[in-house]
Amino acid sequence: MAILLNEQSRVVVQGITGSEGSFHTRESVRLGTRVVAGVTPGKGGTALDGIPVYDRVGAAVERQQANVSGIYTPAAFTPDAIFEAIEAGIGLIVCMTEGVPVAEMIRVKQALKGSGARMIGPNCPGITTPGAGKVGFMPNFIHKKGNVGVVSRSGTLTYEMIWQLTGLGIGQSTSVGIGGDPIVGSGFIDILERFEADPQTEAIVMIGEIGGTAEEEAAEFIRGQVTKPVVSFIAGRTAPPGRRMGHAGAIISGGKGTAEEKFKALERAGVLVEKNPAEIGRRVQELLKAT
Amino acid sequence: MKIHEYQAKQLLREYGIPAPRGRAASTPDEAREAAEALHGKTVVKAQIHAGGRGKGGGVKPAASPDEAVAAARAILGMQLVTHQTGPEGKKVRKVLVEEASAVRKELYLSLVVDRSRGKECVVFMASEAGGMDIEQVAATAPEKIVQCAVHPAVGFSPFQARKLSASLGLDAEQRKVFAEIVRNLYRLFLEKDCSLVEINPLAITKEGRLLALDTKINFDDDGLYRHPEIRELRDPDEEEPLEVAAKNAAVNYIKLDGNVGCMVNGAGLAMTTMDMIQMAGGEPANFLDVGGGASAEQIEKAFRILTSDPNVKCILVNIFGGILRCDRVSAGLIQAAKNIEMRLPMVVRLQGTNVEEGRRMLQESGLRFTVADGLYEAAEKAVALVGLG
Repeated sequence: MAILLNEQSRVVVQGITGSEGSFHTRESVRLGTRVVAGVTPGKGGTALDGIPVYDRVGAAVERQQANVSGIYTPAAFTPDAIFEAIEAGIGLIVCMTEGVPVAEMIRVKQALKGSGARMIGPNCPGITTPGAGKVGFMPNFIHKKGNVGVVSRSGTLTYEMIWQLTGLGIGQSTSVGIGGDPIVGSGFIDILERFEADPQTEAIVMIGEIGGTAEEEAAEFIRGQVTKPVVSFIAGRTAPPGRRMGHAGAIISGGKGTAEEKFKALERAGVLVEKNPAEIGRRVQELLKAT
Repeated sequence: MKIHEYQAKQLLREYGIPAPRGRAASTPDEAREAAEALHGKTVVKAQIHAGGRGKGGGVKPAASPDEAVAAARAILGMQLVTHQTGPEGKKVRKVLVEEASAVRKELYLSLVVDRSRGKECVVFMASEAGGMDIEQVAATAPEKIVQCAVHPAVGFSPFQARKLSASLGLDAEQRKVFAEIVRNLYRLFLEKDCSLVEINPLAITKEGRLLALDTKINFDDDGLYRHPEIRELRDPDEEEPLEVAAKNAAVNYIKLDGNVGCMVNGAGLAMTTMDMIQMAGGEPANFLDVGGGASAEQIEKAFRILTSDPNVKCILVNIFGGILRCDRVSAGLIQAAKNIEMRLPMVVRLQGTNVEEGRRMLQESGLRFTVADGLYEAAEKAVALVGLG
């Protein structure tokens, strides 16, 4: 089963002719992803390794029945690319682009409401369902098919965690990087909800960061509505307040958004909180043995 | 991005929001010119990117141009310490000389982004308890803060101003002016990609006028690409020199106080690496994210930034390749080691796309480094090397 991305997914890559877009399209094809089309305005009629390129997302939907979009366009063109994907009826939009202004994301959230489209990102590493492929740029070799769902605000830290799990022989149902921006298409709760409903997923790893209140809100949700075991780590315990730690969302302001606060909220919700990220894999292993 | 008060007030005026007349000055002579042009009493205010300037002696009233000059002399060049600057303080390079106002009442008005789930909009906050730190008001007297969310599809609507001003004790004429301020503030926030606009205090003067006595405007860094006029307001003097160099190299760097320099790809992993260094008994010297599509040139620049911090005794390179391929990292490391005289011990941990190629390149380069496999192992080795270095 897995979540969001599965064997029925037909992927269109927006920005497929750019250097990142083409590199990661090829990588995702290697992982078995069904990439059926690419879109770059003005490059319609060309192809990348036999993948047809169109000028519009609508054409990729009509001719290739694309139902998932991966977006690699430059930040200035990205809101337009998202709106186009929504209008074309794409069901899952995964946006890797970094640097989309918050004001644009406020508009995107409005456009998503009631559209039937679900969005992951922006500024995220994407989503991988081992066995069905990936949209985004998680490295291919880290994954293994299995029963643990991974959801994270980080990029490379997510790979680290997945790689740890795989090294211990623990496979994943789906891994989702939701992105580190202040406003994202899907939050922890949206993904936790799906993992809870997914019969393949037996346990969940949730990787958070300092800043905002997404982890606290997720803790509240877990307490009430998640029955599966959750293991969690929060990055940035040593980060000083008032300094933005790379991700636009990762900033401790007004004493809010500290790692300690988040650890506490998660512990109160019954989450197994591990403060040493090198131990996450082993915690999950113990959990799975116990159940 | 942050800007100075005098720049923020200029922006307010451009948007029709009343602020005191004034002029920035970098020397006592310029302060005299500014004070003479204003006639009458003035206030001389230190321009640094931190709040709490008054308490630290950075704000002085002046009854005459001579007094303005004396105040500017006292403030310019001082190392101003406030609760936001840290104990070392910040050097004052500019003052704002502006007309003094007789204040009857101080209000608070701000706009921020509410990023919480399902809301995602811009929110107004107003309070009758102006002049104070709003976080303190929120903690001690939350009933004194009125909030009003702006629906993104609707935008500003006059009822919002009525809601915000209901408890502010304004007369009919002031309410009209207040509504215009609120409307214009929202326009400013949207048009310039702000992340915070705060007027504190928004004063009611003895004559009954509304006036933005102090203001703070921050911008969304991701929106700056479409506002060249805002980018010009950046003051590199307010930033850590190494952080400016990093910005120019498109590397994400924040200086910290420890001695283990780190170069990591990805913000989350960079924070985690800092956490691990501390867990292993050391202190990180910095946060450094070389980013996703960092080129070999960028990595070299990042490397130079790291090695120019005299506190750094050891460097920990932690790269998990995804979009950033390990061979590119190795190329950057090798180039940097060849171009600069590398004396510091280094621990390198590579994982990810093209890792074999990356490791082979390092090994064949003749570069001296300690290899680590695991996350914690890398931190431990780096901390151990600090003792030896």
